[in-house]
Amino acid sequence: MAERTLRLLVAKPGLDGHDRGAKIVARAFRDAGFEVIYTGLRQTPEQIVNTAIQEDVDAVTLSILSGAHNTLFPRVVDLLREKGAGDIPVFGGGIIPEDDIPGLKQAGVMEIFTPGTSTEAIIQWVKENIRPHA
Amino acid sequence: MSLAERILQGDIRAAARLMRDVDDAMPGAVDELKQLYPHTGKAFVIGVTGPPGAGKSTLTDKLIEAYRNKGLQVGVVAIDPTSPFSGGAILGDRIRMNRHATDPGVFIRSLGTRGHLGGLSNSANDIVHILDAMGKDVIIVETVGVGQDEVEIVRTAHTTLVVMVPGLGDDIQAIKAGILEIGDVFVVNKADRPDAERTARELCMMVDMKERSADEWQPPVVMTVAQKNDGLGSLVDKIEEHRAYLRVGGRLQGHEEDKSRQRFTDLLKERLFTQVFARLEAEGRVETLVRAMARRDLDPYTVVEEILRAHLR
Repeated sequence: MAERTLRLLVAKPGLDGHDRGAKIVARAFRDAGFEVIYTGLRQTPEQIVNTAIQEDVDAVTLSILSGAHNTLFPRVVDLLREKGAGDIPVFGGGIIPEDDIPGLKQAGVMEIFTPGTSTEAIIQWVKENIRPHA
Repeated sequence: MSLAERILQGDIRAAARLMRDVDDAMPGAVDELKQLYPHTGKAFVIGVTGPPGAGKSTLTDKLIEAYRNKGLQVGVVAIDPTSPFSGGAILGDRIRMNRHATDPGVFIRSLGTRGHLGGLSNSANDIVHILDAMGKDVIIVETVGVGQDEVEIVRTAHTTLVVMVPGLGDDIQAIKAGILEIGDVFVVNKADRPDAERTARELCMMVDMKERSADEWQPPVVMTVAQKNDGLGSLVDKIEEHRAYLRVGGRLQGHEEDKSRQRFTDLLKERLFTQVFARLEAEGRVETLVRAMARRDLDPYTVVEEILRAHLR
């Protein structure tokens, strides 16, 4: 039986000026044996959701530094649901205050990683929580 | 409803899912492809190949735009390398083309090579078929960055663009036996750089050196600055000229037959090998045979002949 390769979209929504963190995570995912679709800076939630669907990814990873996380994370989750792709989990990280995390999880974001989290910890979490679809 | 039926009704998620199944070599995918096959063969396939950093993705982005402006539906297959060490990949071609992500007339799929040599992935041809069955009028296949020998794209594409950039200089000499033989249209991209004229001249010379009959296609050399949209109009004109050329005198038919022949022989080789080898493994004979060959008790030629005799009666 063939084994599936995990496919993840790493996206940067909104007006962030740089994507070093996202690139480091993307690179770490590559080294962990995942296929990473990387779309670059300043993506709209619509672009992210359409890309996730066309690329048939197992999860969407968002990186947000701009402070707009309370808008952008839930928007991506909602759009996925609207397009019948609510089964694709969303997680992410960036500069996100601890106080905002419960609200984001309530909105359907699976996990939030804050600055200082090691890439090993993120990969471990992905391996335990994100499954390639059947 | 099967994935194939859903795809024919325009279901995007079903198409994306079947592409995944094909890429992951799931056994059920073949049955779906069988159902789609009669609905393929309509799309015009453009190959975009060339060394890494030549601007293939940016050029693809502009070609999407040009064909969308003609009112045509566009599919894209973009291939990036898979790490031979981890098996992972960063598929980043979309960075240059993701402005089309919200256009329902465009479907872009990124693929890793997953160990396949030749510039494509194992799944690329089947994924082109799926886009074809989805009703895409034009399908652009962007290869992984290639060097000399990765010429598989010619069997997939109707029209192959070989994208070069100025400054490779003597490299043109070095690669003349490889990808320079497969271009239907040559593109000198980043033509605002010094030496662009020289690169174009050298390519023209290379093209002229090959003897052709009077009615044979003479590959043109087009200069572009994809980022600034310079030269894209004449590039599309040349692509369309080649397409018109293929329509004459059964050339397209010949092309389709070449493609079918290749696909058929590839598939036959792959399936025969997989089946026969799986049986040997199930019988636990592989290691025994290998050890006997290493000891020179058996030779590989006789072993293969005997296996074929036993399995292919």
